[in-house]
Amino acid sequence: MKNTTLKQNRNSALLTSILSILLGIIVGAILMLLAGYNPLVAYQALLGSAILQPFDLGETIRTTSPLIFIGLAVALAFRTGLFNIGVEGQYIVGSLTAYLVAAKVSLPTGIHALVAVVAGGLAGAAWAALPGLLKAFRGVHEVIISIMMNFIALYFSNVLVRTWLAVGKDSTDKIPPTASLRIGSLSQLFAGARIHMGIILALLAVFVFYYLLWKTKLGYQLRAVGYNRHAAEYAGISVRRNIVLSFLLSGFLAGLAGATELLGTSEYIAIQDAFIGIGFDGIAVALLGANAPVGVVLSALLFGVLTYGGGNMQFVAGVPFEIIRVVFAAIIFFVAAKISFRWGNRKKGKAYA
Amino acid sequence: MRRVLSVFLFLCLVVGTTGCGGGGQTTTGKFTIGMVTDVGGLNDQSFNQSAWAGITKVKNEQKADIKALESKRDEDYIPNLTRFAREGRSITWAIGFKLDKALTDVSNSFANQKFGIVDSNLGGKIPKNVVAVTFKEHEGSFIMGALAGLKTKTNKVGFLGGVTSPLIQKFEAGYKAGVKAANPNAEVITAYAESFGDATKGRSLSKNMFNSGADIIFQASGGTGKGLFDEVKTREAGKYWAIGVDMDQSFLAPKHTLSSMIKRVDKAVYDISKQTKENKAPMGKQVEFGLKENGVGYPESTKNFVDENVIKQLEDYKQQIISGKIKVPSSL
Repeated sequence: MKNTTLKQNRNSALLTSILSILLGIIVGAILMLLAGYNPLVAYQALLGSAILQPFDLGETIRTTSPLIFIGLAVALAFRTGLFNIGVEGQYIVGSLTAYLVAAKVSLPTGIHALVAVVAGGLAGAAWAALPGLLKAFRGVHEVIISIMMNFIALYFSNVLVRTWLAVGKDSTDKIPPTASLRIGSLSQLFAGARIHMGIILALLAVFVFYYLLWKTKLGYQLRAVGYNRHAAEYAGISVRRNIVLSFLLSGFLAGLAGATELLGTSEYIAIQDAFIGIGFDGIAVALLGANAPVGVVLSALLFGVLTYGGGNMQFVAGVPFEIIRVVFAAIIFFVAAKISFRWGNRKKGKAYA
Repeated sequence: MRRVLSVFLFLCLVVGTTGCGGGGQTTTGKFTIGMVTDVGGLNDQSFNQSAWAGITKVKNEQKADIKALESKRDEDYIPNLTRFAREGRSITWAIGFKLDKALTDVSNSFANQKFGIVDSNLGGKIPKNVVAVTFKEHEGSFIMGALAGLKTKTNKVGFLGGVTSPLIQKFEAGYKAGVKAANPNAEVITAYAESFGDATKGRSLSKNMFNSGADIIFQASGGTGKGLFDEVKTREAGKYWAIGVDMDQSFLAPKHTLSSMIKRVDKAVYDISKQTKENKAPMGKQVEFGLKENGVGYPESTKNFVDENVIKQLEDYKQQIISGKIKVPSSL
């Protein structure tokens, strides 16, 4: 009896995801038809280009790796019953700090990159600490605080670039090669694409995420707080401590996303007029992946293919990139439409586990 | 585990059913142009739009095959440029200084392809297969300064800048020199919004400048400048004026726009693309478009509110700049 419920829940989570993806793609197709484009040609261009050529495959993987980090960050907070909408800010702070370490400190090749990555992660964690502490000790809603922290991060980064890192210019110089996450032979393998060590680190993070949440005491506590705060408290688990820890870990992952993107992909910081929206992509990835490690990897891959392939869809079929954003939104809409139902069942089902 | 497997299978199914076509078509023998916008997009009412107009003109006159790719994030610049380069476009345009690093990378990986960039000289290190187009904004701004100096009744005019940077200070320097040349008694007040997209801030800064006695404001601030037009529209026509930038902006406030400092990105892109077709493009060089090349100037609509003898004086200044009699400073 118990087992069947569990299985049903799992299946329904999977079903929700697959149905949502399908429906999202159909919504996109309908929009394309309405706008006078051929959806088959468009989707063909999208998928074909995202994986078939080495350069494109490399760029798709490059697009996917920060999504994995960000997806994990959001998923980890979700697991503790928290909504870390501040990943975007933690991402920005992570890349800013990684840039500072890369450009202002000189270290030997490899170690330099590693130190910069870790510094970026720690900065992300520090940025997430404030909403975590306020949530744990003052009961302030984490969503509001972290959205504000996003704005502070964005403009703080812009001010630093404008007044210190690149006076009178729009963007900084590139980081020295000692701190780069790119590896010559790997890039060559992918015809010069900007694929970098970030994907290895991201997959490593997936494993750590799984191990931490399901194989350690800390992970059990984090999830327990997520299932039922009061029951966890009653069982002697410190809810406050776990809320802060969850935010720190989530921020660390988001910071890693920013650091690896900077050290591997862009290699410089530019003044940004607005958010790049990777935080929202991360929420989408976590939702679609049902906050599970493998789910996050797969949905990050899907969004990576859609994002990178979407550019090619515009190139080959002339379909505007916005359609792909609509597909994104539609997928999330359909996932979210079912989420309350699943959530309710899950609590019951998983409580035995 | 079953879940993993089924999602994977599903993905395979999607890939399988939709097939795997969509490779780049070959474009040998035909003159082809690619254009990559910065994050502003094609309809930015500024240089991207203007560049596309120039490329469209090449298409109409030279039967060229043209295509544009809009970048959504800074990360898109390299893949977008690469898509065109891989396809073997006759020339690929990178529009805007934001693409400078990406273009340097891509032009190095595709050494046999030709590229062009607008608004950047790539820090002086221009690869052999790239032509860098820049504008003498200070010359055009000088004319706007002279116009403001001649038309002001309060002897006080304003300058609204976007982000403090060498590019925008080029506008400011030229404008100030123009005001001083035409009206030594006039004072120039300046304000920077530190943003190219904040119309609200642009409006409040314009309001302050008008309130402190300025009657004409010249904006060089991208989307921020829309705030200037929003503000001037609420004031008495014929007394308060705005001067636009990049393109003829009189449509934003028809009764309040004195003139606009137009930057002919379209002409520059058109000229260089045509030269590329004739194999005469100055590859590896920086090409500057100033008053002499008709790369900067003012639109016909200036005559709506400016009488002939003032226009005559402006033309006189223009000739003096072209002949080198007046040297316009390009920095403060």
